[in-house]
Amino acid sequence: MNTIKSEAVFFAEGECITPLGWTLQKNIENLKADKSAITEVKDKNFAENPFYGAVLNKEKLNQKFENLAYQEEFSTLEKMILLASENIKNTYENALKDKCGLIISSTKGNITALENEDISAYFLSNLAQKIGKALKIKSQPIVLSNACVSGIMAISVAKRLIQSGAYNHFIVIGADLFSKFVFSGFQSFQAISKKPCKPYDKSRDGITLGEAAAVAFITKDKEKIKNKTYFEIIGDSSINDANHISGPSRTGEGLFQSIENAKKEADISAEKVACISSHGTATLYNDEMEAQAFTRAKLQEKPVFSLKGRFGHTLGAAGLLETVITLKFAEENLIPPSFNYEKHGLTLPLNISSTFQEKEMDIILKTASGFGGSNTAVLFKKHHS
Amino acid sequence: MKSEITHYCQIKNGKVIFDENLLYEDKEVDFQKFIKNAYQFFELDYRKFYKMDPLCKLAVMNSSVLIANLTEKLDPKTALLLTNKSACVDIDLKHQKSITEGFARPADFVYTLPNISLGEISIKNKLRSENSFFIFETFNPEFLITYTQQLIQTKKANAVLAGWVEIAENDYNALLFLVEKKKGIALKKENLLNLI
Repeated sequence: MNTIKSEAVFFAEGECITPLGWTLQKNIENLKADKSAITEVKDKNFAENPFYGAVLNKEKLNQKFENLAYQEEFSTLEKMILLASENIKNTYENALKDKCGLIISSTKGNITALENEDISAYFLSNLAQKIGKALKIKSQPIVLSNACVSGIMAISVAKRLIQSGAYNHFIVIGADLFSKFVFSGFQSFQAISKKPCKPYDKSRDGITLGEAAAVAFITKDKEKIKNKTYFEIIGDSSINDANHISGPSRTGEGLFQSIENAKKEADISAEKVACISSHGTATLYNDEMEAQAFTRAKLQEKPVFSLKGRFGHTLGAAGLLETVITLKFAEENLIPPSFNYEKHGLTLPLNISSTFQEKEMDIILKTASGFGGSNTAVLFKKHHS
Repeated sequence: MKSEITHYCQIKNGKVIFDENLLYEDKEVDFQKFIKNAYQFFELDYRKFYKMDPLCKLAVMNSSVLIANLTEKLDPKTALLLTNKSACVDIDLKHQKSITEGFARPADFVYTLPNISLGEISIKNKLRSENSFFIFETFNPEFLITYTQQLIQTKKANAVLAGWVEIAENDYNALLFLVEKKKGIALKKENLLNLI
């Protein structure tokens, strides 16, 4: 097959805010210090009984937001997004004026607006317009709403649109709230874990929900990148299972094909992959499906970790948040443990990372899978300036 | 070979149109009744249809009519690229109402994501292909053209079934078009604006 070699596109750097920290650096420090964003929450606005979740302190959010120079009114989610974007907005101020696109990845956006019967705030396009204006990005914002793969798929979409020649750079944002809307839905599914979720563990019993905002700057101009370490997006694919709208394929077909396509585009063998930052929701079926797909893709010996044991499932933010965290660890040649994993709970012998380990990192695989049969795999390659 | 629009299907104002041909017309203004009548007319024979939320019903109906009228088999490497404004607002409002009344229904909750419509089309047509759902303020032909061309040029797909699937209560407009490496209508902004 003679494919034209596409232009290289890079993940320059990322930022995030989560209940574990108001900056990426703080999140990394707190993960190393074995702290978690997941706590026992007693809040009748969400549920009658206490539950485990990763919920941001809204008072602190408002305080932090007041330090920014914005005058207009913003919702909680918009404040999270703008606070997370502040550093990147300032660092890449000039690039933002130069054929820069904006992708917002969110499953439910300002969903709490429905509780207040505020239908105009519900529309994701309104949220996107507001953020685009605040960040002074002139191009029409793009909202990606593709369930739990949205966050990582957004990086893939940015890469493709840059390669099309229509854009030079992208600000990619992933954000979702902890909402009663989603929590009660998963409760009705009996899919909420009684304890902080335990991906890949024998006793795993479901997901823990969280909220976060993550941001990344994606560009084709190496020279514009301020970080010494950055990552080339070398392969990406999103293949549907065509199997079930709310359950993963038992054979992991869509995820397997996504990984294979990404490997083919990157022109690498499985052997080259240093580690996998997986989806790992801690539902019985998802984790088992991933084990099938990774094994079929000959990645069964590669260290795998899920970050959901610390951040919970942050839905449309998850894929991006997990990428930003993973690549920051990769800068330091660190593979984190798959948090809360104790006893192997899969029918296949996957190499679940059990501790922080140092390893020379070159190529990293990020995957996600979600409702609607969606799957995404993206391969990153480390570069130094 | 250039990629062009080989076929399209539109469902709007009680009409179902395939490639300029009016296949079905119904004066019924209530969307749920209209789509049920259309389901019977086109003999979809897909029982899962009744469980779906309005967005999925509209997307599945449109794609089914389009695919059923193709003279050649749909390429298994046909990507799906859907866009709209209102996400899945009808089922979201229904789910919100259930929560306010005290209990959420799992059968509704599973449909509270717009990309479920991609899953339903994929399942019905056994399409294991590139899938994505985007939201814009209004129909965005430039984006659809750029992303479609990129999918085909990079060989991530051989063909793309793309379009706009918008529904909020009884206000609906669905235009899906098939882009293939064949002669057809040029994949241009003005052509798409004429179709919508």
